[in-house]
Amino acid sequence: MTFPWFGSRKTFAHGIHPPECKDLTRDKGIRRLPFAPHLILPLSQHTGAPAKPIVREGQEVVRGEPIAEPGGFVSVPMHAPVTGVIEKIGLARDARGGMSPAIFIEQYQAANQEILYGAETDIDSLSPAELVKAVQATGVVGLGGAAFPTHVKLALPEGKQVDTVIVNGCECEPFLTTDHRVMLEQVDSIYKGIRIVMRALGAKRAIVGIETNKMDAVERMRAAVPAGLACTVEAIEAKYPQGAEKMLTKALVGREVPSGGLPIDVGVGVFNVGTLAQIGELLPIRQGLIERVVTVSGTGVRSPGNYLMAIGTPLRFVLEQVGFRERECELIFGGPMMGTTIASLDVPVTKGVTGILAIAKDHPLAHRNGRVYPCIKCGACVEACPMHLNPSELGLLARKMEYESMTEQHHLMDCFECGCCSFVCPSNIPLVQYFRVAKAVTRERKVSK
Amino acid sequence: MVGLGGALSAILAVANKKLYVYEDPRIDQVEDMLPRANCGACGTAGCRSFAELAVKGEIAPGKCTVNSAEMTGEIARFLGVGAGVEEKRVARLACAGGANVARVRAHYRGLPTCRAAHLVAGGGKGCAWGCLGFGDCEVVCDFGAITMNEYGLPMVDESKCTACGDCVAVCPRALFSLHPVSHRLWVACKSLAKGEEAERECEVACTGCGLCAADAAPGLIAIKDNLAVIDYTKNEKASEDAIQRCPTGAIVWLEDGEGTVKGAAARKITRKSALPIG
Repeated sequence: MTFPWFGSRKTFAHGIHPPECKDLTRDKGIRRLPFAPHLILPLSQHTGAPAKPIVREGQEVVRGEPIAEPGGFVSVPMHAPVTGVIEKIGLARDARGGMSPAIFIEQYQAANQEILYGAETDIDSLSPAELVKAVQATGVVGLGGAAFPTHVKLALPEGKQVDTVIVNGCECEPFLTTDHRVMLEQVDSIYKGIRIVMRALGAKRAIVGIETNKMDAVERMRAAVPAGLACTVEAIEAKYPQGAEKMLTKALVGREVPSGGLPIDVGVGVFNVGTLAQIGELLPIRQGLIERVVTVSGTGVRSPGNYLMAIGTPLRFVLEQVGFRERECELIFGGPMMGTTIASLDVPVTKGVTGILAIAKDHPLAHRNGRVYPCIKCGACVEACPMHLNPSELGLLARKMEYESMTEQHHLMDCFECGCCSFVCPSNIPLVQYFRVAKAVTRERKVSK
Repeated sequence: MVGLGGALSAILAVANKKLYVYEDPRIDQVEDMLPRANCGACGTAGCRSFAELAVKGEIAPGKCTVNSAEMTGEIARFLGVGAGVEEKRVARLACAGGANVARVRAHYRGLPTCRAAHLVAGGGKGCAWGCLGFGDCEVVCDFGAITMNEYGLPMVDESKCTACGDCVAVCPRALFSLHPVSHRLWVACKSLAKGEEAERECEVACTGCGLCAADAAPGLIAIKDNLAVIDYTKNEKASEDAIQRCPTGAIVWLEDGEGTVKGAAARKITRKSALPIG
């Protein structure tokens, strides 16, 4: 007999166990947030080329109508999340702190917000190439946070094969319960999505990986596996960063993704459950991605929960709706480990936002305001790093701005900024911030060469 | 022992003669006349390689912007070439948004460098184009020409600036550029935000109102993306007329010795303390 929380669970080496903090929203069902009166839709919500607007100022749009076309292959279209009028196309503040072009929509308060676009399609009659196009037309990107256009992952490069589709239901970041709720409430859409992705890639099997802290989701997903689908559901150890695609590939199929490579190099395609749920829901009716589930949580929020909100809803509106307790909070898009700190309330929720956290100053996960001490060479970061790098050495080099040696001898570019090293560092050294600066400089130098 | 020493010294003596590479003695002399800052402003690897090129006649002594005028002249006389002196250039900052006039919307806590803050949601500064004020430029300047003032804005000492370009490269918001000192008319703002929005974040922002363009010589100033842009190819037509009606004082006249001159209509900034965060 095996206990779900006991014994040898599949996992990867290294990693950490941060406080989970998921109790705030774990049991809160998905609820719809009202439509904001004004929406801001950045043209660059996804990785890749920005979308190109196909509407003009003053034009009326209906909910679900395409408003921007993809700006290339690695790009996706955008759809109007509300019925309303295009206010303007201009610069808007983005989550990174800069200003980037966006479409502003004013909502018609009296409109019934019905989606009048889309057409039923028989997906079984589509070829893999047509499926890729159809997925691009839905505007779906990786909803786990990276916002990489999903159809690009489905278009196999010459000579590459995928035998296994890994479905990422780990959600290893503290606080976030978006994927958890989606797995509990949108099981059928997820399996529809898995079927579509498996057909597009020609994969033989699918494995759903879910951490052991979500056993209810494991059971729900196991019970709902459709007959004839080669899909298994695995419970894996709750450990951060289990949900990183390289870690998950290692844990579930035991294959190591080469340095600088992608899971596709070892015959694996990794997809987030939320992404698959959206594909399963939108593709058969040919609609576009206009809303997503976002966990709003943290000690600074009055009514934390999992909210279905229109893409483009400004952060200020979200906080007004859910109630804001503290005047001074850390605001984060995504999880506390890898999320983006937000410095302006005018930033909109985009396709890649998994959570909105307002963390009050006294929370243990809030910014440790303590002094930074010298490195004592304890090696805690080395033991934590899931990529088996040496953050201690990298940190010392970063202080001396020896970026070349960092990339060439210490594999800086393999760091995916999971934050384990900074989290465990007893000297409070902001290692990941050093690495982010180093990576940015290295990328700049590469471009200028 | 003595024999071994003698044998080895003989080998060294022979090697010294056999492997001798002739080097133009003028290179050493020219190098002595260079500032030896090895700053790279001239585009060569350092003062030694500059001296080599100068002796070969491939670079004019005036290309060294760090050297004093007399020493440059001396090198030119010594080598018997023209000095090729170019007009002195200095680094100029296209921002005037110090802590007393520009809004900060969020506390930033982290590595105290501009580059790091720039990557964290823009460091919390209201203006997405403005100076972050952590002084990366002050640190990188080898000549002590940049000092941060009490409002966290870098001030360039024109007499010390050698136009080496280190500050231009280090600023994550690309606010520095090198200009000949004769470029007196200057737009100290880079904000592309619309008038009201720009002014909400900073009291000395260019609002793109176009008054300067109307008052200046035709074609000298253009309004591009809500920002006044000066066409320096027409610099000889620049005068102080252009700055007089600027409501925020974003366009200024840089007078030798007198510092920055704002127009008569510019809003007077009397606030000495930093604006509250929020």
